[in-house]
Amino acid sequence: MSQADLTMQGHSTAAMAEPTFSVPAKKMAMWLFIIADTATFAGCLVAYGFIRNSTPDWPRPFHSITNVALMTLILLTSSLTMLIGVRSAQKGDKAGAFRWTMITAVAGILFAILHIREWMGMIGEGATLFHNPWGTPLFGSLFFSITGLHLLHVTGGVIALVAVGLRYKAGRYRADDLEITGLYWHFVDLVWMFVVPLVYLLNLAH
Amino acid sequence: MHDTSAHAVHHGVPTSFIRKHVFSLDHKVIGKQYYALALVAVVVGMVLSWIMRIHLGWNNFAIPGLHLLSSTGAPGNVLTPEYYLQLMTMHGTIMVFFVLTTAPFAAFGNFFLPIQVGAEDMPFPHFNMMSFWITFVAFLVLVSSFFVGDGPTLGGWTQYAPLSAVGAVAGPGQGLGVVLWASSIGIFCIGQLLGALNFITTTLDMRTKGMSLMRLPLSAWAWFITSIMGLTAFAVLMPACILLILDHVAGTSFFVASNLVINDQVLPHSGGSTLLWQHLFWFFGHPEVYIAIVPGLGIVSHVLITNMRRPLLSHRVIIYSMGSLAVLSYMVYGHHMFVSGMNPYSSLAFSFPTLVITIPSTIVVLIWLGSLYGSKLRINTASLFALGFISMFISGGVSGFFLAQPSIDIMLHATYFVVGHFHLVMAVAAIFGIFSGTYFWFPKMTGRMMNETLGRIHFWLSFVGTYCIFMPFHYLGIAGNVRRYQAFTDDYLIPLIPVHKFITIAALLTGLAQFIFIYNLIHSRFKGALAPDNPWEGTSLEWSTATPPPHNNFGDKMPVVYHDPYQYSVEGASTDYVMQTSPEQLKNAPDEK
Repeated sequence: MSQADLTMQGHSTAAMAEPTFSVPAKKMAMWLFIIADTATFAGCLVAYGFIRNSTPDWPRPFHSITNVALMTLILLTSSLTMLIGVRSAQKGDKAGAFRWTMITAVAGILFAILHIREWMGMIGEGATLFHNPWGTPLFGSLFFSITGLHLLHVTGGVIALVAVGLRYKAGRYRADDLEITGLYWHFVDLVWMFVVPLVYLLNLAH
Repeated sequence: MHDTSAHAVHHGVPTSFIRKHVFSLDHKVIGKQYYALALVAVVVGMVLSWIMRIHLGWNNFAIPGLHLLSSTGAPGNVLTPEYYLQLMTMHGTIMVFFVLTTAPFAAFGNFFLPIQVGAEDMPFPHFNMMSFWITFVAFLVLVSSFFVGDGPTLGGWTQYAPLSAVGAVAGPGQGLGVVLWASSIGIFCIGQLLGALNFITTTLDMRTKGMSLMRLPLSAWAWFITSIMGLTAFAVLMPACILLILDHVAGTSFFVASNLVINDQVLPHSGGSTLLWQHLFWFFGHPEVYIAIVPGLGIVSHVLITNMRRPLLSHRVIIYSMGSLAVLSYMVYGHHMFVSGMNPYSSLAFSFPTLVITIPSTIVVLIWLGSLYGSKLRINTASLFALGFISMFISGGVSGFFLAQPSIDIMLHATYFVVGHFHLVMAVAAIFGIFSGTYFWFPKMTGRMMNETLGRIHFWLSFVGTYCIFMPFHYLGIAGNVRRYQAFTDDYLIPLIPVHKFITIAALLTGLAQFIFIYNLIHSRFKGALAPDNPWEGTSLEWSTATPPPHNNFGDKMPVVYHDPYQYSVEGASTDYVMQTSPEQLKNAPDEK
């Protein structure tokens, strides 16, 4: 469209009533944050891949996928409960929305507990940020950094879910706010779907 | 409240001093705060460069009082080699992060983006306030490294591993200094992320009635595109800084390879990769170059159009070119690593987009030159600095063609040729963009005009001085003068010392000329002639409101936009310019050529 067209259009409609992208600013900010956070996680995972590829005899210490499968199941389910919560809120079912949000938060806590239990197990076997019994120390550095960054996101997410849920219940926040928190929660879930194959499945013992 | 109506910013006129001037939520005050921060930072950075230049010209010259800065770094007021590098690192870091990123982007963008899109404020004023104060803390953390331990880090603004990651064994400042550096930059990243969130949502969500995206002035487009780059580039630098800090404080070795020997010590690290730091850093670092320069492209276009009294040959092509610069800037970062030991095929792969990125830059320049051709440019300080920007951008850009080719870069890499290249194309050019914006927008920001005579003197001294400083750098580089040397004692470098002396004198004089600007800035702020609402007869929204703009930018009535941003010399219009808010019907509005 030429400038003249734009000008003419501007005259005929006098003024466009709606902005081109009428996504509420808060929701857009969350999407933008997710883009930035994606870059952050991508940077970490690329660093992991870079070092893993350049290290001969990369350790493969994991013998079972039971725990990580359970964690994944819980996190995936929590995305579903989050979705139900948001749907309820959009339908105006306040009590239901609050309940499902809290269930999501509980699932997040469960995930964190399982994750920390796994960490403790590994630490018990002698793995730290700078040493581990299986080979290059970078394994521990990268494992704890990446899963730690994710765990930090889960923890933040649980806090956000509880805080937003309570305020929603008190009438200070609306369904939209729940949805925005939900966006974040799904993102944390999605990141985990990249962490599991790269950090766990690739490092399963043969 | 977050309904879809665009103007849902709700904070009243502040009354307390703290809310008004310190923790202000007003984007205009925050913009000025960023400007002030950049001004302090640029003076610090400039004084550091003076000290370095004096040392390079006259190796044993005692600079009175220098030992007060560091008694170990400058015993007898003469720099030690290490302290030279420490000052150089601080010069680079302060200039890149706290001047070139904050002034053209955060300062002007904060002040004018909401006004140019026709908004009362940004959507998240608290984030905006935090963005500034977080940046301020980052600056304090960085500067604090002068005064603790054995001073700031000496690793250069790129902080290459492994020397940056192994701690104090690598030299003064490589312990605590690096930790402070990485913390400062990590904090800075958070501040810029908050700023970018605000900029993007302001542009997409807060535009006033009739302000379609294509009706945004080019400066607003430039800030918008820059904030998209900032959103992802800083998000990668932050984890890189955290990993670097972990290498220091948690005993990891992400960036340190096995069996490294430094200063006769075998280091306990093992398994990391030194190249990894370069990849992570330059994935941020190259977009950062464009974060510094793209706002300048927008500001200069905006200033030139207003003073040419006609639009550029194409509005859209400038926008598309800036967009392509942003996209390509992520694909070229490997050209900083041609000699780092990457696979040579990677060099080839990075060389190609590097040459491609010159195309949008060239298109922008050609559009400027083509639009200037035959125009009756109004000569004032702002338009002079805009012309200066174009000149610097071309001069610095041309040397980029040489450096983009791995075979030539092998010879020129890490010489003064590179230093001359990036100082002209991104540093001085961006600074000229800042000057142009300052002289142009100062009346709107403060309500007073700047002194035109002093401005022109400032321009000519800066313009000539800058070329005297940076053109010889190319000669030095081709002659084999490696950068980051603190003295030239080798046979083949000794004949170059007179060139260095010339550069030092030019740098001192050009630097002194900047005090004319600072005097002009401060004097005009209080004693300058009162500015009318539209001193340059501009068309965009910032000129349709009062000078200085009221707290909510437009008073009681939000503006309605009827026209493209640059309706100058329209045939049949009553004046030679038609403001965006003018409801006047245009029969012969100039079409895009």
